[in-house]
Amino acid sequence: MNENWSFSDALGMNPQTKQQVVDTYFMEHRARLVDIAAYLDRVDRGQGDDPLDFRDVAFRRAVEILLDGQPQRARRVLELFSDHTSELPQSADGMKGAMGAVSLTDGGAA
Amino acid sequence: MKYIDPHIHMVSRTTDDYQRMAQAGCIAITEPAFWAGFDRSSAQGFYDYFRQLTEYEPKRAAQFGIQHFTWLCINPKEADDPGFAREVVSMIPDFLNSKEQLCGGNVLGIGEIGLNKNTKNELIILEEQIALAETFNQLVLVHTPHLEDKLKGTRLIMDALSASKIDPGRILIDHVEEHTVSEVLDRGFWAGMTLYPDTKVTPQRAADIIEMYGDERIWMNSAGDWGCSDPLAVPKARLEMRRRGHAPTTVDKVTFNNPQQFLSQSPNFLLT
Ligand SMILES: [Zn+2]
Repeated sequence: MNENWSFSDALGMNPQTKQQVVDTYFMEHRARLVDIAAYLDRVDRGQGDDPLDFRDVAFRRAVEILLDGQPQRARRVLELFSDHTSELPQSADGMKGAMGAVSLTDGGAA
Repeated sequence: MKYIDPHIHMVSRTTDDYQRMAQAGCIAITEPAFWAGFDRSSAQGFYDYFRQLTEYEPKRAAQFGIQHFTWLCINPKEADDPGFAREVVSMIPDFLNSKEQLCGGNVLGIGEIGLNKNTKNELIILEEQIALAETFNQLVLVHTPHLEDKLKGTRLIMDALSASKIDPGRILIDHVEEHTVSEVLDRGFWAGMTLYPDTKVTPQRAADIIEMYGDERIWMNSAGDWGCSDPLAVPKARLEMRRRGHAPTTVDKVTFNNPQQFLSQSPNFLLT
């Protein structure tokens, strides 16, 4: 490990071959993928106008990350869903619980 | 095959869980003080909770050959009222100074302290509890916020810790995920991964993180509590690593040797 090495330069070591990873996990993640597809269909079939909900916007942006061919997708999806603001409220009084995403126009977007 | 679950809230679990954990190879657990799912109405409520953690729970665990260790603090969720929080924090030194604690008590340090909604009030009490750990030379176990608040909160917490004189090697930052683990390790802290259905890290992702960031200064825990959680999450992650072909020594390192190494920095952590 050279002295400039940082944990951000992930090691990437995996004892399995690519073929073994597919053999082991395809069925499990096939099911999860169909869940996501069905969820998006469910939003479409919902009544009323498009919600323009910040979570829905972030979700669809995250789906694009999955297919962009770049590494560290899990990390980048989590960063997309993260609060990047720097102000601190005085108290949590009256604040809602965590929502899982932030508005990409104010406070989001790494 | 034996393992340590270094973060689990047994006060919220049944005695059957101790039995099943023992059957799965658990020989020791550490239980940080945390939010009970509702806000306590008085500091006295915490006093009773600390007695439960230091007196009652070790006996319940011992019935199944599991050693029980604990961490005391006011959790970040109930630390948003500084006056109330200070009243609770002022009771902690008595538990650290008691005769039992000076020789063979079960308190390992201050935890799980941290942030919940990243507020100024929470940060003030976090800093005061870091100072308490420094004064009493205690290990520190850190709770990081969940979901969208985790990245910002983890950075704020690390900055507060770095401003103290505590060696980062005596601090474990828990609930890391793919977007926080590298900064935690880069800054010299230990990292904990919480295996929790739905909202945190799955056994598969925990194995991925070890493959990406190595097996030094990292452990995994179930953080089993009153929510949908799994007290057998650690043995499940062991199986996941074995299924992928990781060496048994690597599996033992992250589920036994690493927690033992970190926790042994407290004179109260002695495995029998
Ligand atoms: Zn916890």
